[in-house]
Amino acid sequence: MNPVQQLVVWLNDPLNWTNPGGVLDRLGEHVSMSAAAVLLGCLVAWPLGLWLGHTGRGGGVVVLVSNLTLSVPTLALLTILPLTFLGFGRPAVVVALAVFAVPPLLANAYTGVRQVDPQTREAARGMGMTGAQVLRQVELPLAVPYLAAGFRTAAVQVVATAALATFVNGGGLGEIIRFGFGLSIAVGGGQILAGGLLVAGLAVSVELLFAYVERLVTPRPLRRSRRGAGRRAADAITGS
Amino acid sequence: MSFRLSYRADPGNPWFSWQYVRDNSDTVLAALRDHTTLTVRAVLIAALIAVPLAVVAYWFRPLTGPILALTGVLYTVPSLALFAFIAPYLGIGVATVLSVVVLYALLVIVRNTVAGLNQVPAEVREAAEGMGYGRWGRLLRVELPLALPGILTGLRLATVSTVALVTVGVVIGRGGLGQVIFAGFQNNLYKAQIMTGTLLCVLLALVLDLVLAGVGRLLTPWLRGRVG
Repeated sequence: MNPVQQLVVWLNDPLNWTNPGGVLDRLGEHVSMSAAAVLLGCLVAWPLGLWLGHTGRGGGVVVLVSNLTLSVPTLALLTILPLTFLGFGRPAVVVALAVFAVPPLLANAYTGVRQVDPQTREAARGMGMTGAQVLRQVELPLAVPYLAAGFRTAAVQVVATAALATFVNGGGLGEIIRFGFGLSIAVGGGQILAGGLLVAGLAVSVELLFAYVERLVTPRPLRRSRRGAGRRAADAITGS
Repeated sequence: MSFRLSYRADPGNPWFSWQYVRDNSDTVLAALRDHTTLTVRAVLIAALIAVPLAVVAYWFRPLTGPILALTGVLYTVPSLALFAFIAPYLGIGVATVLSVVVLYALLVIVRNTVAGLNQVPAEVREAAEGMGYGRWGRLLRVELPLALPGILTGLRLATVSTVALVTVGVVIGRGGLGQVIFAGFQNNLYKAQIMTGTLLCVLLALVLDLVLAGVGRLLTPWLRGRVG
């Protein structure tokens, strides 16, 4: 049997889905730890990014953070954090994933506030708004599309990275792939492919879901120009 | 990958230990060499594919969208899933790791090269045309050299992320320094081993980045003295 036939056989076995440690269990683990990580990332990155954007300082910090996390291997972070006070287990994995969620969230929150038309900001000030009011009532609403874009990038990245949690026995869909490799390719080829398909499918679904959400929260007049803005925000992350 | 307990009364589990590095220098250096060659080969192959792709995207505007979209999709697929797709066909070996890493590096290089080519001023292009350069001459003598900063940015980013990505190769036992890190994790969470692997990874990324930055300075003498 070639790997694709094995894949069909594996996916058609209901026990592979419903057994303890089967696809449904792993999917639940994967989604719950990704969600926790993205929320944690938002709690840290959004206030910081909005504030840095509001004061107009710290553009260097944003770039530095994204470059640093780019060069630290995921695997290293996943294995180092359990050695700290976090201990071995789910919290360490969630924190490690949250670290990878921070750069896109931070960069987009920062860019979102910075791109607000200075005239708008000055008009708000001229109306007698305080700094906090400008941030809350003017800059934050205008930055929402960027926040959504950052959220989408972060969510996709975390879902993708969560597959690696299997190396520290953190659960998630990656387990299916790793156990497949454990069986050797000749035996587990179908399972490996199935795991890959599930992980990739989940990542793509998350991407599509949050692309839709991003569209929903973007006011209609801004939608046209958002394509360019999204690309700019993405470029801010890849550094071009 | 074994480690020798030191003969102190309490071996403990320090964050870093020269004792470990000395006792295991063979393994660690082999892993470092493995990691370096994998990274260098991957970035070279990726550049050989990505730069022509970017030129195609630059020459034929309608293809720019599809080419960027295709590399973007490859980038969205999680790395472990890419290993899962490729390993059943290429087997457990260097070829699989290389293909995964190359596919990932493509996006960054293509995008930055296209951006670099697009930054070539129209006047320059017209001047080159007026001097009688054909499409190829213009590309090789004028446009690519002027796009070099963009290409190098892409190469540097690709190199740094490749160094990190190679560690995922542990899933098929070819992770370079990832093997050191992972073995440390399995050796009862031996911190010194994990930290050694991690530090070497970050250092390798830093050194390769600096080398590329130096090469970039040598290749673009006209930018020297300018900021940025």
